[in-house]
Amino acid sequence: MKKLSKIYLGLVLFFLYVPIFVLIVFSFNTTKSRTVMSGFTFDWYIKLFRNEIIMESLWNTIIIAVIASITATILGTAAAIGINNMKKVPKAIVMNITNFPIINPEIVTGVSLMLLFVFFAARMNFEFGFWTLLIAHITFSVPYVILNVMPKFRQMDPFLYEAAQDLGCNSRQAFFKVVLPEIMPGVLSGFMMSFTFSLDDFIISYFTSGSDSQTLPVTIYSMTRRKVSPEINALSTIIFLVVVIVLVLKNVIERKSENNKVKVKGEKV
Amino acid sequence: MKNKLIAAPYLVWMVVFILVPLIMVGYFAFTDKEGNFTLDYVADVAQYSQIFVRSIWLAAIATVICLVISYPLAYILTGFSKNTQSTMLMIVMLPMWMNFLLRTYAWMTMLGNNGIINTILGFIGLGPFKMLNTEGAVVLGMVYNYLPYMILPIYSVMVKIDKSVIEAASDLGCNPWKTILRVVFPLSLPGVMSGITMVFVPAISTFIISRMLGGGGNLLIGDLIEMQFLGNAYNVNLGAAISLVLMVIILLIMTIMNQFDNDDGAVLL
Amino acid sequence: MNNIVELKDIVVEFDGERILDKINLNIKDKEFVTLLGPSGCGKTTTLRIIGGFINPDSGTVMFDGKEINGLPPYKRNVNTVFQRYALFPHLNVYENIAFGLRVQKVPEKEINKRVAEMLKLVNLVGFEKRTVQRLSGGQQQRVAIARALVNHPKVLLLDEPLGALDLKLRKEMQIELKRIQQQLEITFIYVTHDQEEALTMSDTVVVMNGGVIQQIGSPVDIYNEPENAFVADFIGESNILNGLMIKDKLVEISGREFDCVDGGFGENTPVDVVIRPEDITIVPPEQAKLCGVVESVIFKGVHYEMLIDAYDYRWMVHSTKAADKGASVGLSFGPDDIHIMHKLKETEKSEEEVPDEE
Repeated sequence: MKKLSKIYLGLVLFFLYVPIFVLIVFSFNTTKSRTVMSGFTFDWYIKLFRNEIIMESLWNTIIIAVIASITATILGTAAAIGINNMKKVPKAIVMNITNFPIINPEIVTGVSLMLLFVFFAARMNFEFGFWTLLIAHITFSVPYVILNVMPKFRQMDPFLYEAAQDLGCNSRQAFFKVVLPEIMPGVLSGFMMSFTFSLDDFIISYFTSGSDSQTLPVTIYSMTRRKVSPEINALSTIIFLVVVIVLVLKNVIERKSENNKVKVKGEKV
Repeated sequence: MKNKLIAAPYLVWMVVFILVPLIMVGYFAFTDKEGNFTLDYVADVAQYSQIFVRSIWLAAIATVICLVISYPLAYILTGFSKNTQSTMLMIVMLPMWMNFLLRTYAWMTMLGNNGIINTILGFIGLGPFKMLNTEGAVVLGMVYNYLPYMILPIYSVMVKIDKSVIEAASDLGCNPWKTILRVVFPLSLPGVMSGITMVFVPAISTFIISRMLGGGGNLLIGDLIEMQFLGNAYNVNLGAAISLVLMVIILLIMTIMNQFDNDDGAVLL
Repeated sequence: MNNIVELKDIVVEFDGERILDKINLNIKDKEFVTLLGPSGCGKTTTLRIIGGFINPDSGTVMFDGKEINGLPPYKRNVNTVFQRYALFPHLNVYENIAFGLRVQKVPEKEINKRVAEMLKLVNLVGFEKRTVQRLSGGQQQRVAIARALVNHPKVLLLDEPLGALDLKLRKEMQIELKRIQQQLEITFIYVTHDQEEALTMSDTVVVMNGGVIQQIGSPVDIYNEPENAFVADFIGESNILNGLMIKDKLVEISGREFDCVDGGFGENTPVDVVIRPEDITIVPPEQAKLCGVVESVIFKGVHYEMLIDAYDYRWMVHSTKAADKGASVGLSFGPDDIHIMHKLKETEKSEEEVPDEE
């Protein structure tokens, strides 16, 4: 039984990883062949870094992800606080609308924003580009922040805020000293989600970007539509490496803080 | 803290960028190019019923395959020690952090007539098989891309099942198989339900997977919508009508799913 | 009466730590046995070995005369009432109780009859269709008991089943559990850290500490004749002093010699001396061998609890009459009230404070 489950796990992992490793291996191929390794080279990596379109869209992606996720986090955290204090019916209405971009297929969200932007672009004389992308990214990020922060209020001891006031905090101090630290884990995970979703988003960006301001996924898409280019393999390899490093670091840090918690607990006993 | 106004900026944002765009989809679906009310476009959607059926069918197959692969995997994962569990989970989820265009591109290169799979098969005297540009390739792409969306919710519900409930089942006469059937499965049902929606919704509305792996012959709803907005077929009103129908289908399916699950949606992510 | 459960030389180690150290225990049929001890003493582990959830590293588990080492829980004729009930959240009250019968494929009619019997036994008639989450703690408790008993086990294992209930409910359930046990005439093995609970309900109490059985006996024996200072201290309140056994029936406490009834310790042997607070009488100083100063007086309802400093020890005395704080008083007790016991090894004593959830 144990053995069987290990074999099963191995098979699933094989299925998940083989395509990625094939990409990585052929990123070092001297020819454009996708089946035969003719020799080892870093040429595609050099070409990749010299490719202005890719570099520019990478820069765009990062800037938009940073601004969008910070804005979404502030907007969403404030919203969560306000929504939490709403009466039952308005709260339900707001939460249902907030859930929409999460439940809805991304293509519908993308298309609906495109319709809005087309409508205003014609009347207010602006073009699709950086601003439309940014607005779209903030729009699909905020709901994730709200959904991450709201449960923290439910978990929080409802008397904490009152206790802080009882001990002499005014409402601003009570918020920053007591409430904010309590909901911080939710705020942070909301931010991280926004940031990664923004980096990774293709579908919504595809409908809301202009020709001069594209994100990396949109550029990748247009590359895959054209002829075979091992630059994509090189790019995949780099992205994969970054992902591995970030996730391993995150895991190590989490485990360390977990161990520390256990230690502190042990000392108390 | 008690101030509801703090949610105001988000409420404005929500109305302008979530609610209004959705209303615009509805508006365009029911008007013609001059802005007069018409049911023509909604009626036109019926012409594409074949594409709708194919989309639902392929997405349903992909969802079932994901479920069949994920359920045992999630169960196996919960059997590991805490530390191994988090490491294994990270390894299983890691490919998901690669941009899905790249993951799909990887399969595109592997499935081709002179791709690596056919080359390997050729060595043992088989093939070449036509794999790319088939419905099978589309389903494969869906399974590959959305598998983690099925594993995660099932795992996170399963891992929360009280160990003593499992022991109770054993105490009351259940052998390991009966324990899974009578206790673990019913208790993990909310995770299964949210896994199904998390796979089905993106699968039914994708246009990348069908375009990259399905060639031109396997159009899905997503392709149809994309063509109306950014493709040669440019017809915003028809696109809006198709989007509307897609939304209705998904809402219907979600309502059916929610019948099984009277939880408050805490397992969404 | 024959033994239904026998544990022989049971050893359990976990991460190199000995949880159970050569436990030997015989449990008679139709008996109410309580495993009593502080957290971490191994009582829950012992119970889980009988239930089949843990396999001992060495030793034999016998059930009804047959060895059952390694037999999985679902093949054992015992059922468990879990600490936090472990009711199935996806099933209602009726289906929870019927669970074991359905697994055994008992005919529907029979299930109906037996569940109805159980509902009556635990006073839950009319609750069949309720979801278990909507029940109060006491009601969940009853469902858990019914769910286990409906299978007609020979032995029912109860793991601190009343721990989560409030005091009043706990007292009610104690009486009810005893009634159920006597009515059904089956063996109950009950785990608790609450000495009062153990003394109230049990036919036999097994006091455990540090993975070792300290004493097995009837509640009266355990209370009146504790075998060592740990048992004396854990069951009720005690004054435990260092003493010197001068010879049989003569012991020295705080530099004074007292007559006692115990013997067989040899001559000039250091021993632990236990005297219960309620066995001490306060007398005028001139009538007593031991004199001290009253440090504090606390009213406890039924009696006063006084702490009295006498020589190098602070005595606890329970009395219905209060002495004045600061007064000099004499402490008097008879030979019967002095319990002499062998000194404990240090390691066994220190286990007491380990606060962990088992």
